[in-house]
Amino acid sequence: MKLSLTKVVNGCRLGKIKNLGKTRDHTMDIPGCLLYTKTGSAPHLTHHTLRNIHGVPAMAQLTLSSLAEQHEVLTEYKEGVGKFIGMPESLLYCSLHDPVSPCPAGYVTNKSVSVWSVAGRMEMTVSKFMAIQQALQPDWFQCLSDGEVSCKEAASIKRVRKSVDRSLLFLDNCLRLQEESEVLQKSVIIGVIEGGDVMEERLRSARETAKRPVGGFLLDGFQGNPTTLETRLCLLSSVTAELPEDKPRLISGIGRPDEVLKCIERGVDLFESFFPYQVTERGGALTFSFDYQLNPEEILLQQNGTQEEIKCVDQIKKMEITGCNQEITSFEINLKEKMYREDFNPLVRGCSCYCCKNHTRAYIHHLLVTNELLAGVLLMMHNFEHYFGFFHSIREALKNDKLAQLKELIHRQAS
Amino acid sequence: MAGVATQASLESAPRIMRLVAECSRSRARAGELRLPHGTVATPVFMPVGTQATMKGITTEQLDALGCRICLGNTYHLGLRPGPELIQKANGLHGFMNWPHNLLTDSGGFQMVSLVSLSEVTEEGVRFRSPYDGSETLLSPEKSVQIQNALEMTKRDVPGFAIGGLSGGESKSQFWRMVALSTSRLPKDKPRYLMGVGYATDLVVCVALGCDMFDCVFPTRTARFGSALVPTGNLQLRRKVFEKDFGPINPECTCPTCQKHSRAFLHALLHSDNTAALHHLTVHNIAYQLQLMSAVRTSIVEKRFPDFVRDFMGTMYGDPTLCPTWATDALASVGITLG
Repeated sequence: MKLSLTKVVNGCRLGKIKNLGKTRDHTMDIPGCLLYTKTGSAPHLTHHTLRNIHGVPAMAQLTLSSLAEQHEVLTEYKEGVGKFIGMPESLLYCSLHDPVSPCPAGYVTNKSVSVWSVAGRMEMTVSKFMAIQQALQPDWFQCLSDGEVSCKEAASIKRVRKSVDRSLLFLDNCLRLQEESEVLQKSVIIGVIEGGDVMEERLRSARETAKRPVGGFLLDGFQGNPTTLETRLCLLSSVTAELPEDKPRLISGIGRPDEVLKCIERGVDLFESFFPYQVTERGGALTFSFDYQLNPEEILLQQNGTQEEIKCVDQIKKMEITGCNQEITSFEINLKEKMYREDFNPLVRGCSCYCCKNHTRAYIHHLLVTNELLAGVLLMMHNFEHYFGFFHSIREALKNDKLAQLKELIHRQAS
Repeated sequence: MAGVATQASLESAPRIMRLVAECSRSRARAGELRLPHGTVATPVFMPVGTQATMKGITTEQLDALGCRICLGNTYHLGLRPGPELIQKANGLHGFMNWPHNLLTDSGGFQMVSLVSLSEVTEEGVRFRSPYDGSETLLSPEKSVQIQNALEMTKRDVPGFAIGGLSGGESKSQFWRMVALSTSRLPKDKPRYLMGVGYATDLVVCVALGCDMFDCVFPTRTARFGSALVPTGNLQLRRKVFEKDFGPINPECTCPTCQKHSRAFLHALLHSDNTAALHHLTVHNIAYQLQLMSAVRTSIVEKRFPDFVRDFMGTMYGDPTLCPTWATDALASVGITLG
């Protein structure tokens, strides 16, 4: 695979990754995101409804936590997880954990890392981990790593140092096993940068990982709430400065549009798309504007003034949704609200998604109130399309030197 | 629904059904319903979308499966979201964005509505006319009641709904009431048998002369992980399907069977991704529609009795292993098994 940069603007890298996949003929745009899946399927969506979405990324994210228990099944299947899940044409990246479900701390040893699935805890040694990857046959996979310091509050420097040491040890062992397997050589290992909030350790992790023959880098441990990211942005810049330019940089656990932009400015290329899923689960629809060409009045018109309504009515609530312990953001509207009961507008005026072309806010509200499954389906379709459209607008803004306008627009909408 | 039935209105009910073929042995018919939102071939199975939604599948998916009529439930919709809102949304069609036909159980939304017969009591089947609210009781024992029912059948209504027969009554009672009803109803009007949806029941009741069916069973059982197949059903959550890499049914043309294996669906059913349920809902609706289509073709091609024998053979291993009630019901209309 080959990463070529078209330009770098304000730290943001615009470019393409070419010759991807087993057939070496797939391409991915950066900055970009990956399609979020649960147990190998986009949440709520079948092939038909997924196909209705415009701009679905070329690469999907699978999580080892949801697929590890299929090890035996996939070994017998022999043809790889892509075909098993009915996505043979998609590029696949296998991450260790699910960004939505928090992982309990205390389950990493010098020899193993635990992943958490619906069925419970699965302990992964290097050999078991690589055996599963051999059965999965993904295009890229996150190397086994110790990311626990991000689950803990105020990890000791000793613990942080250990996370870097262990992750490097796991990486070297995985690389060695990869050399011994023809099947595994067809997959690309993504090295994981650890180091918590300790600059020295972050730099060490970056420099050492960069010495290994990995295909790209995952910046782990930057997830959290908006305030924790702010304090970590400086670390992020320092880390990416140590990484080679011609390999992609992924980040886990970052999804909010304002945070995405901040990370792109600090050299990050690829993101997950779990954020639109979280919005869907709380009955929300993404409505933030990324159309930096429009003037502010036009933007309000497009959103039917709801952003203003939200600020007036003060609707920020904490919601406990399974695995989505997140506050409602200012980038979305909450369709459960009574005000949408007779609103026959689409979720977002001008949106080209299946939901906006065929249904109204009133209908979605009805589906949510009556607890109907279709609510999740339609909201997921809209939220994915909206989010993928956002990434497209980032690339366009970079191409046309309009990044400042887009940034200003997004930050104006952040609460 | 009050109103006096005048002579003119009694004779002006639209002829919505055209008979295309009839089985020469049984009472099975193939036909076409001419309805406001398009033609519907009969016999037809109508999936049930109770709250203005077909349970997790989009109207586009439902259309792609070939569905041209489904059920809405006005009782539920009357509560949520309520009739005023539905009117503002351009009717139920507008609200849920369904371009084809909708059948509901009352006339509030300007749909085609059929005379609804109410419940089976100890005495028999009670018919109620919306024209003048009069009730007629049909019971096999009393000739007076039969005469009343004959009066009913002379009423000029678009069609007849046979209801109240999917409760706790025995299958033996059930088929006899259906047979009695169809024997008394005029041939040139559709017979809608409410709440019937198991495959065997559908095939038998087509033989007894019914044209339209609805049931929550296929969509409900999908959400419990059960896939309908010609031999019964597959409980895909069971471990036996963990490494079964074939589709639910290799003969099925639905998107689920085209793309996915039993093993994958098994894995997905054990996850918290609702997509598993949608895959099965799509398949089960496809199964019902494909079954009705096959039934219809066999009637048109004058081989319905052979179709029934094949169907029972596949479902029960041998036509002679078919449940007694079904054997009796089929025999009553001239179809013998084995």
